[in-house]
Amino acid sequence: MGMHLSHIMTSGMGGIRTAGDLVAWMQMTRRMRIDEAKEYVAGKLGVDLMDLTDEEVMRQLREDLGLGLVTSVSGSPKGIRAKMKISELLEVRINSVELFKSQTGYPG
Amino acid sequence: MSDAIRTRMGDGERITMSASELKEEILAGTVDAAEKGSVPQLSDDELDELFEIMAHPDRMVSVEPGKEVIVTDDGATMSFYSGQEGGGVGVPLSRMQAILIYERACGADTTSMGHSDYSYKPVKSIVNFEMNEYYTASQMTTAPFFYGAQPNMGLYYQPDGPWPNPADLLGKGDIEGAKKTQEDAAEHLRKDLGFVVRKLDRVGCEGINFDTSGSAGDADYLAALQAVRDVKKDLPHMPLILGASGEFVLGMHGSVEFDGKRLAGMYPHEQVEVAEAAGADIVGIAVNTNTNESVAWNLARATTFVKAATAASGIPVHVNVGMGVGGVPMMEQPPIDSVSRVSKTLVELGKADGL
Repeated sequence: MGMHLSHIMTSGMGGIRTAGDLVAWMQMTRRMRIDEAKEYVAGKLGVDLMDLTDEEVMRQLREDLGLGLVTSVSGSPKGIRAKMKISELLEVRINSVELFKSQTGYPG
Repeated sequence: MSDAIRTRMGDGERITMSASELKEEILAGTVDAAEKGSVPQLSDDELDELFEIMAHPDRMVSVEPGKEVIVTDDGATMSFYSGQEGGGVGVPLSRMQAILIYERACGADTTSMGHSDYSYKPVKSIVNFEMNEYYTASQMTTAPFFYGAQPNMGLYYQPDGPWPNPADLLGKGDIEGAKKTQEDAAEHLRKDLGFVVRKLDRVGCEGINFDTSGSAGDADYLAALQAVRDVKKDLPHMPLILGASGEFVLGMHGSVEFDGKRLAGMYPHEQVEVAEAAGADIVGIAVNTNTNESVAWNLARATTFVKAATAASGIPVHVNVGMGVGGVPMMEQPPIDSVSRVSKTLVELGKADGL
């Protein structure tokens, strides 16, 4: 695990601590290279590029937008509910969300 | 800066070098990659930057703020609960617990799950169990959640699989027979890869990783490329990572082609082009670490290949940086001084989109 953690600390965006998961969705669903994916996500969030990996900015923004947090806030969206918000924000298809919506009759 | 710079060999052994020795190692590494891959050497400025990274006195280095990239993995969550054979730390955690710890405690950009054998062939017979586990975990995860395994065509040969073993046939001088059995196994593998992906699609799978493709040679790589194209035709919404297993595609068959391009001998800058043409969303590339050479030599070499690949690719390139690839020392516990230098260099000089 030390090797994985070293890479995360050295070069990773921080996952749901910041906006790493959001940028990853753009690589996966739109084949965006890293710079384009960051620009897209920053535009959707209305923040500067440097804010994408700034915990001080992203912590509150994620809570305000219901995107899921690294800390567990009681009653705050996480998991599939947070991914529904992420899918809407980024305008991307997330397969697990599509299945969930089909099962719950969600109209969105 | 001290004249004696602490660094390591490709097997992790601690060594020291003078500044001039370190520069010579870096230059030799890029020259080797450029000659083998017919790609440009690193520029003088890049060589200087790599020297500064390797000679930095701190234990760890990191990318500059704003240059961070996406980290995907090849079964990292399994390392929480698996044993030494899988690089695991043997903590008694469920798969779900490991996945969520990786996402929430480690801050990984993406997470994943896979079967302990980490090959698609054994997954096929238990895919319904994997579907159930995947579905349950996917309700809890927030970060992108991949299902990963290796095509691993070697499992399709006797005595582990149904097809005659090409190594046995080659030993008898039956070259055509050895080729034919690889083609048969590749078609079998291609269908199995598609079968597993289509099953996982039914439970809302968010992404698939064909990890370490080509480990059994060019026919193995062909099967993975064909499976990517098959899946994308039926399931265009399924994100796919196509990862490689070595710096060039092994010519175990020697003649198989994809879109008219011979796969044997393809280096990373050529692999990214066929992966993109097949329909992969992210392409993984691997550069082997030579344990008899220094980390500086290996990293300069890996960076040269990676830089050429990222320049040639139209899709995100994630560099394989596990034990024994990308310049990471080939050992059970790669030292973090070397790992962080590999990580920073491949991102900042190699222009990787992810690791």
